[in-house]
Amino acid sequence: MNNNGLNNNRSRETALVISQEEISEGIFNLKIKFRDDYTALKNTLPGQFVSLYVSDGSMLLPRPISICEANVEDMVLRLVYRVVGSGTKAFSSLRSDDTIDVIAPLGNGYDFDKIISENNLPDDASFVAMGGGIGIPPMLGVVKKLHEMGKKAYAVLGYRSNDLFLIDDFKKYSEVIISTDDGSVGTKGTVIDALKASGVKADVILSCGPLPMLRGISSYASENNIPAYVSLEEHMACGIGACLGCVCKTVDVDEHSHVNNTRICTEGPVFRSSEVIL
Amino acid sequence: MNLSVDFAGVKMKNPVTTCSGTFGSGMEFSEFADLNMLGAVTTKGVASVPWEGNPTPRVIETTGGMLNAIGLQNPGVDVFLERDMQFLKGFDTKVIVNVCGHSEDEYLDAVEKLNVEDAISLYEINISCPNVKSGGIAFGTDPKMVEKITGAIKKVSKKPVIMKLSPNVTDIKVMAQAAESGGADAISLINTLTGMKIDINRRSFALANKTGGLSGPAIKPVALRMVYEASHAVNIPVLGMGGIQTAEDALEFLMAGATMVAVGTANFNNPKATEEVVKGIEAYMERYSVDDINDLIKIL
Repeated sequence: MNNNGLNNNRSRETALVISQEEISEGIFNLKIKFRDDYTALKNTLPGQFVSLYVSDGSMLLPRPISICEANVEDMVLRLVYRVVGSGTKAFSSLRSDDTIDVIAPLGNGYDFDKIISENNLPDDASFVAMGGGIGIPPMLGVVKKLHEMGKKAYAVLGYRSNDLFLIDDFKKYSEVIISTDDGSVGTKGTVIDALKASGVKADVILSCGPLPMLRGISSYASENNIPAYVSLEEHMACGIGACLGCVCKTVDVDEHSHVNNTRICTEGPVFRSSEVIL
Repeated sequence: MNLSVDFAGVKMKNPVTTCSGTFGSGMEFSEFADLNMLGAVTTKGVASVPWEGNPTPRVIETTGGMLNAIGLQNPGVDVFLERDMQFLKGFDTKVIVNVCGHSEDEYLDAVEKLNVEDAISLYEINISCPNVKSGGIAFGTDPKMVEKITGAIKKVSKKPVIMKLSPNVTDIKVMAQAAESGGADAISLINTLTGMKIDINRRSFALANKTGGLSGPAIKPVALRMVYEASHAVNIPVLGMGGIQTAEDALEFLMAGATMVAVGTANFNNPKATEEVVKGIEAYMERYSVDDINDLIKIL
């Protein structure tokens, strides 16, 4: 069940910062490069994350940051994150040629072959990737992968206002549908409102964003009988499945924990929405 | 050069183990660190039946440390024996199993079930978890209760018993002596210090449990003082822990009176921390021409 389980030969690596810029207020676009023989990176899937360490030792715990795009040929990961606390603030001062310690890739991402077979999706199925706020970046890797696979992909993106970060990247791989909180672009309201207004019929939904949005998607999907996947976040300590800090409640008893809790860092962060209690 | 120590009758190839709860059962960390390098692996607390643990958020970073309120989530002793113990048997390291319970009966039930497994070297009895309502710290802060529960566990245990003590007491020496009077083969300390953090933006507690256990380098001086006091108040060996990140930290604990040391929160910052502590102790011994680690233990 876990496509990124044990013995993937991952390690805490020192990666090289290629570039970083602020692409929207408080949102940073960071590209980091790994050594060429770091083979663990080759299997990176959309929806996975990395643990970033504050290199000066002033903070202990790694910060989980979702992968926006993986360019494994060049051993480069693109991370787009929002500054929310002391850890992300420290990362935001990184410049080209700095180094950053990181474990990658982590967690269970989107395995589309499995998603297609599990849900008996037809070849022409519509994949709808929904991202809200800082949940938008990981959806870029999702539509990029679907584009490579020749699948029909839509990106439904929820922004606060007309500051549409990453929109040009999304347009390369998918049709883009927008919702904004203030109604300045696209549909005023939620990503569900925008999906309904677009008339696009989703065969499967892939999503990342704030909890109220994911709850909305989960109930919309179950009411309309659409398989849906949600990407969750939680405070983590180890990031590798040992500390049990980052759990989410589950409908059934979890195979690993033997209670109704599952590890977001290991069994997740991507879950079938019907399996977790949000 | 000899790094091996005798700990409550068990020969450990070196004095380094893990703090319960920071290392799972070693399975996840085995991708990052060589378990064969460790004197012992101390496993996450296991109870007679599965425990759900606390709501999230369960962990939060604080200055120089972190708070946790996991609430001893565990899959229960049956799964532990079938899965985690079988995994650990593949490594050349000793196994210390941490045991938790809500009541005396639950501790005894878990110990009796674990007794069948020969590959377990010792039990560490958690009477000091600050994050569960009954059991845990409720036992660990009353010397009469410590003595009583130690005695009860000793009666059923087929392995040497380490009692894990709480630092949330007025006089650690009294607690150490109570465990010794109850028949404990060893003591370990310190468990986490009860703490709190408030998120001023959300105007609420940072942890769902309101309070949590403080660990990490912030607690090291407190832990070292308590290990020193406790080890000089009893005649049983001490497993010292609390904020150990490096070999230098570990050596301080050994000199203060610990026969073994455990690395905990440091694993989250550096998954190779345990391995590096062992190598660093060796390097120290080489530098100062110390032939036997035992010549450094309890020298102060």
